[in-house]
Amino acid sequence: MAFEYAPAPESRAIVDLKSSYGVFIDGEFVDTADGHTFKSISPATEEVLAEITEAGPADVDRAVAAARRAYDDTWSTMPGAERAKYLYRIARIVQERSRELAVLESLDNGKPIRESRDVDLPLVAAHLFYYAGWADKLEYAGLGPDPRPHGVAAQVIPWNFPMLMLAWKIAPALAAGNTVVLKPAETTSLTALAFAEICRQADLPPGVVNIVTGAGDTGRALVEHPGVDKVAFTGSTEVGKAIARAVAGTAKKVTLELGGKAANIIFDDAPLDQAVEGIINGIFFNQGHVCCAGSRLLVQESVYDDVLTSLKRRMATLRVGDPLDKNTDIGAINSAEQLAKIRTLSDIGEAEGAERWSPPCELPDRGYWFRPTIFTGVSQAHRIAREEIFGPVLSILTFRTPAEAVEKANNTPYGLSAGVWTDKGSRILWTANQLKAGVVWANTFNRFDPTSPFGGYKESGYGREGGKHGLAAYLKGGEN
Amino acid sequence: MADTKPARLDVRKTYKLFIGGGFPRSESGRSYVVHDTEGGFLANAALASRKDVRDAVVAARKAFPGWSGRTPYNRGQIVYRVAEMLEGRRAQFADEVARGEGLATGDAEAAVDASIDRLVWYAGWADKVAQVVGSSNPVAGPYFDFSVPEPTGVVAVVAPQESSLLGLVSVLAPVIVSGNTAVVLASEARPLPAITFTEVLATSDLPGGVVNVLTGRIAEVAPWLASHMDVNAIDLTGVRDADTARELELAAAENLKRVRRPDPGDEPDWTADQGTARLTWPLETKTVWHPIGI
Amino acid sequence: MTATLPAAGVDGATESPSALRRFLHGLPGVDQVGAEARAATLATRSIKTTAKAWAIDRAISMIDLTTLEGQDTPGKVRALCSKAVRPDPADPDCPRVAAICVYPDRVPIAKQALGDSGVRVASVATAFPSGRSTLDIKLADTRAAVDAGADEIDMVIDRGAFLAGDYQKVYDEIAAVEQASGRAHLKVILETGELATYDNVRRASWLAMLAGADFIKTSTGKVQPAATLPVTLVMLEAVRDFRDATGRQVGVKPAGGIRTTKDAIRNLVLVNEIAGDDWLTPEWFRIGASSLLNDLLMQRTKLTTGRYSGPDYFTLD
Repeated sequence: MAFEYAPAPESRAIVDLKSSYGVFIDGEFVDTADGHTFKSISPATEEVLAEITEAGPADVDRAVAAARRAYDDTWSTMPGAERAKYLYRIARIVQERSRELAVLESLDNGKPIRESRDVDLPLVAAHLFYYAGWADKLEYAGLGPDPRPHGVAAQVIPWNFPMLMLAWKIAPALAAGNTVVLKPAETTSLTALAFAEICRQADLPPGVVNIVTGAGDTGRALVEHPGVDKVAFTGSTEVGKAIARAVAGTAKKVTLELGGKAANIIFDDAPLDQAVEGIINGIFFNQGHVCCAGSRLLVQESVYDDVLTSLKRRMATLRVGDPLDKNTDIGAINSAEQLAKIRTLSDIGEAEGAERWSPPCELPDRGYWFRPTIFTGVSQAHRIAREEIFGPVLSILTFRTPAEAVEKANNTPYGLSAGVWTDKGSRILWTANQLKAGVVWANTFNRFDPTSPFGGYKESGYGREGGKHGLAAYLKGGEN
Repeated sequence: MADTKPARLDVRKTYKLFIGGGFPRSESGRSYVVHDTEGGFLANAALASRKDVRDAVVAARKAFPGWSGRTPYNRGQIVYRVAEMLEGRRAQFADEVARGEGLATGDAEAAVDASIDRLVWYAGWADKVAQVVGSSNPVAGPYFDFSVPEPTGVVAVVAPQESSLLGLVSVLAPVIVSGNTAVVLASEARPLPAITFTEVLATSDLPGGVVNVLTGRIAEVAPWLASHMDVNAIDLTGVRDADTARELELAAAENLKRVRRPDPGDEPDWTADQGTARLTWPLETKTVWHPIGI
Repeated sequence: MTATLPAAGVDGATESPSALRRFLHGLPGVDQVGAEARAATLATRSIKTTAKAWAIDRAISMIDLTTLEGQDTPGKVRALCSKAVRPDPADPDCPRVAAICVYPDRVPIAKQALGDSGVRVASVATAFPSGRSTLDIKLADTRAAVDAGADEIDMVIDRGAFLAGDYQKVYDEIAAVEQASGRAHLKVILETGELATYDNVRRASWLAMLAGADFIKTSTGKVQPAATLPVTLVMLEAVRDFRDATGRQVGVKPAGGIRTTKDAIRNLVLVNEIAGDDWLTPEWFRIGASSLLNDLLMQRTKLTTGRYSGPDYFTLD
């Protein structure tokens, strides 16, 4: 008899959902002035979770004005030590409410509760704590004796790590003395709105943080708003380019954290069991909805068979299903639109002659699901080896020599991250040197930390988030 | 006077481009007249075309792995060597700057001296910038995690329009000393010191292709640099027209080039302390993680 | 060296001391941080309700109920045997444990006490726990246990020889003890706490399996750390890969430090997700423990009654 894990659902009762949400401007939830509403659904069940506001230009205008007032009147003149205490306070409230926020994130995003509980929320609190400590130490950041903030920061974040991306954006901005208007992705607004509540619980001065919900039009209105001094965006390269064009000729400072097509390089002397875990973690973590996902596996030909066998065996143990089940490894695809995109590119992979494989696994009847999938026989010319799929789909290529591995790894317009697996120290350092990627994980993958700068080369964007570098992006003179 | 020998006819220099370590004419076969500040004829300069841009970028890309792969110590020595070579030709440059910029001899000499000193200053940065902007990151886990700056790649530079040597050195030296390679569009109206400067570069152990210098029109050349998909960054310091700068920034967005916008107001005061901004803008930060275990 | 990988086969690995050394050093390395992270993630599996009930019963049936003390009297051993056969006197449906584990001179007592209950008798041997004696003494120790009726022999490897790089000596000794064990199953204790690295745990696992071990066992219980989850994970990977390479299945026995139901269930999760179903039986997976049994019984009672129980309601031995 097999060891079948019984359902172990995390309780939803901890979450208190409202039926509808306004936008958060100047410390208050307010109704839209000129926008509409749309429904936010749970991707795992397609149930409607809440009505969300699609903020219009007038809402954006109000939010930017509130941020400007807060910047001029309170936040930019407040001693750094006081700003720090607000951030510490917010961090503590996030910790206190972390289970609730984790459940909310899993409900809204579709990611497994194990991940939102053990990865996202702890990192959210860690980012807030880390940058809180910078607020009264800006003169030690290497930017002169009195570095100044930019002013009002427009921040647009994606749906893959809703609350974590919010923390990556808001924590350094506030620590540096900027005020913010943040727009969450339209499919994942709920934790940002919960964060707005947390700002109220922390008695953060009104207008320091403003949240405008909505889709692309709202984001565009925000980024293009003349009252904005700094733009920070995480999302697709396509939108990133549009933002770069939108700010051309202005004085706005920009950081962009965009797409990727990371190579995960397995040398023949790699610690194989951990490498296989790294491959799994690299591409199936968060359903592959990760800009730095290790979506191109480069395996040295001499261990190709072993790696493939081990990888398939490991994939067969992945548990796909209910995001709120504590044993789920892979949750729901975030939206019908994203599911369609993953399907299209996977079909193209097959049509182009790559061999497709997924482990047998049952998928729920409702919701958006995609089996963990690998493609073998992939070459650099395949679209699935070049385009970001942003789903649980791995393209497997081979190489013969270290130089060939590096050449293939760098043969992409992207340059966000890369992985390298080998037990030979000098080869790790050589490979890391050669890779055109902002983050290189050696003998590990998909690790994140508030102290560790993150960001891309080439079309994966510019600027870094995390660490001293991430702070500098929100201070004058530190943008480059 | 009848009994004096006729004045010796001087041998004029043909000002050409500097691409891949060589001195080609523009593939277009064109040139343009360079005047002094009084409107007198100084020389003909090559009028670079889009194909010269193409060739220069290829040369810069080809030189990048070798140049960025050298030790910082070695790059610092070579940039210092450039300063040495410039010092040796101080009088020639003073003369050329004086004529090109309409400066008094003393002012031109001061500009050359400042250029030499600036090269020395940036030469010393080669093996220090990583210590200033790199970091060891104390992550909350059993990992060694560090961040290092790396050159972004091929950098296009629209050189300052007024300060033909000091301005040029001030924007170029910080780009290459960290390992980038460069395609420079010299001052449109005052290109001659830049071309003479390439003779200094060519005799300074600087590998061919690390610096490539074009002369010609911003309106014709810069858009090809800004839109080139194999250029990683562009410095618009020398673009004084706001609409042109905006157009170039728009073009640069196509492959998300790192863009250094023109400084607001007049051309910067090149005699001022430069800080590290021009050193750091064409750098990437690479973060490397590795587990710590037994 | 081509045989760097388990699946590449083990041909020629034991032909000479140098071949053996090359083979063991050619095994893929184990990254400590990665292995521990994997074990920690698996430890977050939430085993509830029916799954928990199944796991508790399965864990009870896998226990090698152990007493390995200088003060082990015949009375203590007999009491433990009766506990082994009927762990919960109040519930006849409660499974019996897999085996009793004792010193060689206590084997006759255990054998007599257990009779035909089906609970096997395991005896430690080979100068347990240090293994520091001569081969003839170790073999005599083994034969004494077998002659007294032991069904299983839990031998210790010569860690001194292993750490000195004398893999051939360790191999020869295991092979000799395997011969001396006759029909008794041979469990080979690696004493992973003394091997210090996971690379060594992996090498020692392969060495023991190549030499004929029926089981590989983590620890004597006399050295800390003993059966940690990552150690068991590495050993489960080894038996999985060894079967892929040779077709022969070898069992795994973590022992030492497994005291709670949660610990036991985490071990079963490891077995399930690393080695797979085939190892989820007492024939292929054992847990060396003593106090664990009562915690399992308490949890078992909690599941059936809905109340938390207390130690007074379970027999000491």
